[in-house]
Amino acid sequence: MGTRQPGDVVLDVHGISLSFGGVKALSNVTFDVKEHEIRAIIGPNGAGKSSMLNCINGVYQPQQGSISLRGKTFHQMNSRQVAEMGVARTFQNLALFKGMSVLDNLMTGRNLKMRTNLLQQAIRWGAAEREETEQRIVVERIIDFLEIQPYRKTPVGRLPYGLQKRVDLGRALAMEPQVLLLDEPMAGMNVEEKQDMSRFILDVNDEFGTTIVLIEHDMGVVMDISDRIVVLDYGKKIGDGAPEAVRSNPEVISAYLGTVH
Amino acid sequence: MSPTFPGLLLEHAAQRPNAPALREKEFGIWQTLSWSELAAVVRAIACGLAEAGLTRGQHLVVIGENRPRLYASMLAAQALGAIPVPLYQDAAAAEFVFPIGNADVSFAIVEDQEQVDKMLEVRASCPKLARIWFDDPRGLRHYSEAGLAPLDALIAAGHAYDAQHPGFFAAEVAKARPADVAAMFYTSGTTGHAKGVVHTHETLIDRAAAGARFDKLTAADEVLAYLPPAWIGQNIFSYAQWLVCGYVVNCPESASTVMIDLKEIGPTYYFAPPRVFEGLLTSVTIRMEDAGRIKRWLFDRAMALARRIGPARMDGKPVSAIDRLRYALGNLIIYAPLRNTLGFSRVRVAYTAGEAIGPDLFTFYRSIGINLKQLYGSTETAVFVCLQPDHEARSDTVGVPIEGVEIRIEPSGEILVRSPGLLKEYFKNPEATAEVLTGDGWYRTGDAGFVDAAGHVKIIDRAKDVGRIFGGANDGALFAPKYVENKLKFFPYIKEAVAFGDRREKVCAFINIDMEAVGNWAEKRNLPYGGYAELSQKVQVGELIRDCVQKVNADLAADDKLAGSQISRFLVLHKELDADDGELTRTRKVRRGAIAERYQVLVDALYEGKSEQYIETAVKFEDGRTGKVAATLKIIDVPTFAAVGRAA
Repeated sequence: MGTRQPGDVVLDVHGISLSFGGVKALSNVTFDVKEHEIRAIIGPNGAGKSSMLNCINGVYQPQQGSISLRGKTFHQMNSRQVAEMGVARTFQNLALFKGMSVLDNLMTGRNLKMRTNLLQQAIRWGAAEREETEQRIVVERIIDFLEIQPYRKTPVGRLPYGLQKRVDLGRALAMEPQVLLLDEPMAGMNVEEKQDMSRFILDVNDEFGTTIVLIEHDMGVVMDISDRIVVLDYGKKIGDGAPEAVRSNPEVISAYLGTVH
Repeated sequence: MSPTFPGLLLEHAAQRPNAPALREKEFGIWQTLSWSELAAVVRAIACGLAEAGLTRGQHLVVIGENRPRLYASMLAAQALGAIPVPLYQDAAAAEFVFPIGNADVSFAIVEDQEQVDKMLEVRASCPKLARIWFDDPRGLRHYSEAGLAPLDALIAAGHAYDAQHPGFFAAEVAKARPADVAAMFYTSGTTGHAKGVVHTHETLIDRAAAGARFDKLTAADEVLAYLPPAWIGQNIFSYAQWLVCGYVVNCPESASTVMIDLKEIGPTYYFAPPRVFEGLLTSVTIRMEDAGRIKRWLFDRAMALARRIGPARMDGKPVSAIDRLRYALGNLIIYAPLRNTLGFSRVRVAYTAGEAIGPDLFTFYRSIGINLKQLYGSTETAVFVCLQPDHEARSDTVGVPIEGVEIRIEPSGEILVRSPGLLKEYFKNPEATAEVLTGDGWYRTGDAGFVDAAGHVKIIDRAKDVGRIFGGANDGALFAPKYVENKLKFFPYIKEAVAFGDRREKVCAFINIDMEAVGNWAEKRNLPYGGYAELSQKVQVGELIRDCVQKVNADLAADDKLAGSQISRFLVLHKELDADDGELTRTRKVRRGAIAERYQVLVDALYEGKSEQYIETAVKFEDGRTGKVAATLKIIDVPTFAAVGRAA
């Protein structure tokens, strides 16, 4: 991946602690994400990966610590505000409208960019019509990019799982995010689908310059496509660095890789 | 008037500048390129290529799907008197090495990253390949190889060159002569290297025009370009005839959207190999099986009606008023919506060729009102040799010789063709040229066939495979193994067939059952079986296959030339013929000789009149281990029929 040049810190996560009642999901986790890099968060089941993503995404409010995006710190921010700041995400269990077509699902991703109001959109006249055309152009580019042209008009629920994941990625891309959070993008996929998805993630990063934070179980994939990796175990950060460094970190091996072998 | 391709382009651009020439679906919308816009792109690319150093007589390789700018690139090369060489876009890099070296190629215009990667790979073995341009820049931003540039850069350079040399393009086009070489197509040789088939403007344009006159094609026709541009058929249908007639060629969005695009465009002139038609019918059948009972009943009734009335209707034969009314009703409820679903609602002329097409498959399309016909031709003949007239389409002939074509049948059965569309030569291969072109201008097709009573040409097999019956009642009769095998394979229960009979007194055959179809058939009859071998030797299965063979015999008896090829005895093999065991080629063609050798005892048993035979065969499993299968195979006699003479 020699062509990518990570730059300044985009996302700074500092001293995050999160607990649900007596259960400590995250304790004092600190890491940063640099512009234009692919950053992975790994760890065994229940290590706190999804909780971390939900904190960045504004779904959970951590009790301690701060998260700043391009220098702007937020403590009490909801997921819509985070989205408006240019952070989009995909979901492990998909968040698509199953009865709607691929095209319509992607159009919903453009919602934040629409300036016309609901009434105007409902009667689809004048500004609303022009706006829809503009948004459609963006969506069509994403359809082309993700190679899902044959399924434009197919209801999402009728597509195989691997393609649904791709549509979910498309919906997130439709927001033209600066930072893209991917929650287990390869979960439940076969080898070929994983290869396709890896290629798309690299392409998104390369073509659109999007910074990517991803959680993933599949170690092979993570090692192949990430620039830097954070390792969590029982809510604590136990490793952080380039794939080779993480791979040889004895603590990581015993906590995570050790359990695999 | 003796036109050339760039000349035709400029004519269209001058006479109907705003008429659509090409459409391409991009970002979900069909984008149109008019004749004048196309001419401008061609002019720019031609000037760019000239500046880069492409000269008269040099070859330009073009690789990719059907894309407007790749078509423009071929026209641009021809405008300079250079020769476009389209290559198969799905070939592996190694397969490009021979043609690129053979044709001394220095310049290539390719579609995308996939093709660029292959070009860069072959460069090591083809040092002359200096410049590569690509149409779609996706993924190529970080490529910095020498000589690699986007097509946009070539076009920009072309504009600059054009501005400095304003008269250049027109002067180059004016130099083109009809007898100049226009294009070269590599045919995949079954033995040795591919051969470059050289065609001139004259040969391609003459045949394209003859075909267009035969089917009355006009500028109002619409074509969907979805087959590989390196195949001459695609070149004829969407390039040569496109420029001759001036109709619209539509480029699909991607290979996977072809069916959707077909429906949106609704072409009027359509070509597909039999397997495409077969695939479409299968998808219809599967969807109908899932449909509700009322819909299924309606569909079955309507299709029975279509089978009864449709073919006669398409052949222009008289149909009673009540049947016409019935058909109109069926058309309203089933046939028209079905044609629409298939994307055939506007098809005026549809062709299939390349392999034998099953009569049921062929009749299905004709019966629902699609004018599906067959044609005969090859790369060497610029496709059009024989075509079926509208009302005379048959599943087992390939039509009548069209204008300009002369046909001669050798005593060996081989078909010779003389026409203005014959290849000029095989590139740098005078021995191969001399093998197929006779001194007095005939081309040896290598196909065996004959002309039937109605004047239609019937292809029966490759000439080298055709044999003769020796001794017995049919002494001296023609034996065409592939023809017989194809007839057997049209039955869904028969997967493979191998016919023997050359220099023997009768024809015998090995049959491979289709596990899925026969398995289903057996299940419906509560016939228990433990596996392939057991199923194949069931008495009931033997009877099922015997009925099929008997029908084939009845069919053959109606054909006086091939009545002697009727099958007297057969056996059902206990194992599937397999490429791993050397019984089939990798493209699933039966290797008759290897099979006869391997199963010598079975062949002997068939001819010695035994009623069963024990055999042990070594087999190779998929993991590479070998094993033995043994079985006692029953040999079944089939009634044959006296030749009924000419049926037609």
